[in-house]
Amino acid sequence: MSERTNRHLESGAGLPIKLIDVTKTYPGMTVNAVDEISMEIEAGEIVVLVGPSGCGKTTTMRMINRLIEPTSGQIFIGDDDVMGLNEVELRRRIGYVIQQIGLFPHLTIAANIALVPRMLKWERKRIAERVDELLALVGLEPGDFRDRYPRQLSGGQQQRIGVARALAADPPLMLMDEPFGAVDPITRERLQNEFLGLQEQLKKTIVFVTHDFDEAIKMGDRIAVLRAGSHIAQLASPEEILRSPADDFVAGFVGEAATLKSLALHRLAKDDLAPPVEERAGLPEVPLGASLRDAVDAMLESGHDVVRVMENGQSCGSVRMSDLLARGSKAAANGAAARAGSAETGDPSS
Amino acid sequence: MVDPSITPPTETTRPGRTAAVSPERPRLFTWRDFVIPLVVAAAVGAEVYYLNTADLSKIVEAQMTFDRIMDSTVEHIQLALAVTGLVLAIAIPLGVAVTRVRWLEPVALLVANTGQAVPSIGLVAIVALLWDIGFWPVVVALTLFAVLPVLRNTIVGLDQIDLGIKDAARGMGMSPSGVLFRVELPLAVPVIAAGARTALVLAVATIPIGYFVGAGGLGDQLMQGIKLSRNQQMFAAALFVACLALILDWLGGVVERLLTPAGIR
Repeated sequence: MSERTNRHLESGAGLPIKLIDVTKTYPGMTVNAVDEISMEIEAGEIVVLVGPSGCGKTTTMRMINRLIEPTSGQIFIGDDDVMGLNEVELRRRIGYVIQQIGLFPHLTIAANIALVPRMLKWERKRIAERVDELLALVGLEPGDFRDRYPRQLSGGQQQRIGVARALAADPPLMLMDEPFGAVDPITRERLQNEFLGLQEQLKKTIVFVTHDFDEAIKMGDRIAVLRAGSHIAQLASPEEILRSPADDFVAGFVGEAATLKSLALHRLAKDDLAPPVEERAGLPEVPLGASLRDAVDAMLESGHDVVRVMENGQSCGSVRMSDLLARGSKAAANGAAARAGSAETGDPSS
Repeated sequence: MVDPSITPPTETTRPGRTAAVSPERPRLFTWRDFVIPLVVAAAVGAEVYYLNTADLSKIVEAQMTFDRIMDSTVEHIQLALAVTGLVLAIAIPLGVAVTRVRWLEPVALLVANTGQAVPSIGLVAIVALLWDIGFWPVVVALTLFAVLPVLRNTIVGLDQIDLGIKDAARGMGMSPSGVLFRVELPLAVPVIAAGARTALVLAVATIPIGYFVGAGGLGDQLMQGIKLSRNQQMFAAALFVACLALILDWLGGVVERLLTPAGIR
C-alpha cells in the first residue's frame, strides 16, 4: 500500500482530490466548523476556496494535509485515503504555502528550499541542482540568492522563496493559504501573474484559500464560494459565478460591478480582435494577451474609442468600444434569461 | 545537450556574486566586545599590585597567597559551572515540556519561583540538613535557586517564535522532534542563553554563602574577612568574585554568539 502510495504521490503532475462529507467539530462547540463538505477537485486545476472569515475555508484546506484532523468523512488524494497515510510523509508530498510565508530565518535560502528534499533523503548533488533550478524558476538569480538569509530579502522575494520551497520535491498538489496576502498590491499582482505562468507548465492540483474575491476570480479555474460551516454556496468557474451567482449570498460576495470584473477574465486573443487600425497620435496600445479590462482602461484613460493590440511591436488587431457595448447587451440578455430560468426551478439552498 | 557534469551551473554564476553579499553580514566581534575583559584585567591587576606592595598583616599575608587564591578561584569556577550545567540540564527540558503540555506551566513556574523566593542561605541550610555538607549539596541548593531564569527564558524563547514558522515547519512534513530541534531550539538560542548567563552570574555571586557548609571557593576568603574584620582580605575576595562574575558572563556572551545561528544574529 505505502509503496504504491509513494510512487503515486511522487509523480510531479497533479492528482485529483476528493472530499466526502468531511466534517470538523471542535470540542465544546455545538456548531461544526466544517460541516459535511463534499467536493471533487480535478488533477491540475486550481480550486479557490473563498468566503468570509470564519467560514471554515482554511480549516477545510488544512484537513487535506491533516494539519487538522477531520472529525468524520473521507479525503482521497488520487486513490489514497489520506487518513490511511502517515501524516508526516503525507505532508512532505504536498506543497504548503501560507500568508506568513514562514521561511526559517536561521537557514540560508538554499537550505530553506532544500528542506523537504533533504527529509526525503535526496542526494546532495541532486538537491543543489534542484535549488538552483527552483530559484531560476521563480525569477531569482541562484548565485545571488542561495547563500542569503531570509531577512536579507524583500517581502515579494521571500514569498517567491516560499513558493519555490513548496515546489522543491515536485509535489503533485499544493495547498496555498492567502499566499499573496502579505505583500503590497503591485507585488501581489506580479506574484499572481508569475504563479499563473508557472502553473501553466507545472499543472499542479492546487487548493487556494483567499477572502479576496478578485483574487479568486483571477487565480481560480473554479471557485468554491463558502458560507459558514464551509457549506458550498456555489462551485463553478469564475465566468459562471460572475454571470449567474447562485443566490444573494454569492451575489453579495461577488459585489458590485460583476461585469467590469468579468472583463479581467477575458484575455485578448487574435481570433476575437477587430482589424488593425492605423497608428495615430495618442491612440492607446495594449499587448496581445492583456485583458479586456486593460483595453477598456486604456480607452477610458486616453479618451479614444479604440485601442491597438500589439504583438512584437506590430499591431495585430484592435478592440473597439462599440463592439464591447454590442456584446454587453447580448450578454445581459443571456444573463437575464439564465436568472429567470433558475428562479423558475427554485433553488432549495437559497 | 550539454553534460551538466562538465560545466556545473552552480559555479558559473559564483565569482563576484557572493562577495557582493558578504559585507551585509555583521562582524561577529568588534572592539566594544573587549571592553569588559580589559576593565576586569585592569581591576584585578591593580588589586594584585596593591596586595603585593601594601603593608599587610602577617595573617592576611599568610591567607592570601597566590596559590590559595588561585585554588579558591578554580573551586569557585567549578562550583559555578556545575550549578549552571545542572540548571541547563533541568530547565531546558522542563521548559520544552511546558510548551508542549500547557498545564505543566503553572506547576513548573511555582516550583522555580519558590526556589528563587526562598532565601538562598536558607536553601543551602535545608539541603545541608537533609543531606550533607560540601561541594555537591551546595551545587544542588544553588541549582534550585538559579533554575528560574533559564526555565522562564526557555518558555519565552519557544513561545515567541512566529506561529507562521512553526506552521510552515509542520505543514512541510517535519516531525514534532524535527520542528523542536531544527527550528524551535535554534531560534530560541539567544533567549535561552540570556537566561543561562543570568543563572551563571547568580551562581557566582551566591556561591560564597556555601562557605557555611564547606563548599569552598572564594567564599572562604570573603567570609573570613568579614567575620574577622580583615578589610583588605574581604575587599580583595569581593572584588575577585565580582570580576569572576563579569568575566564568566562575558564568556557566556561569546558562547551565546557562537551558538546563535548566523541568519538571526
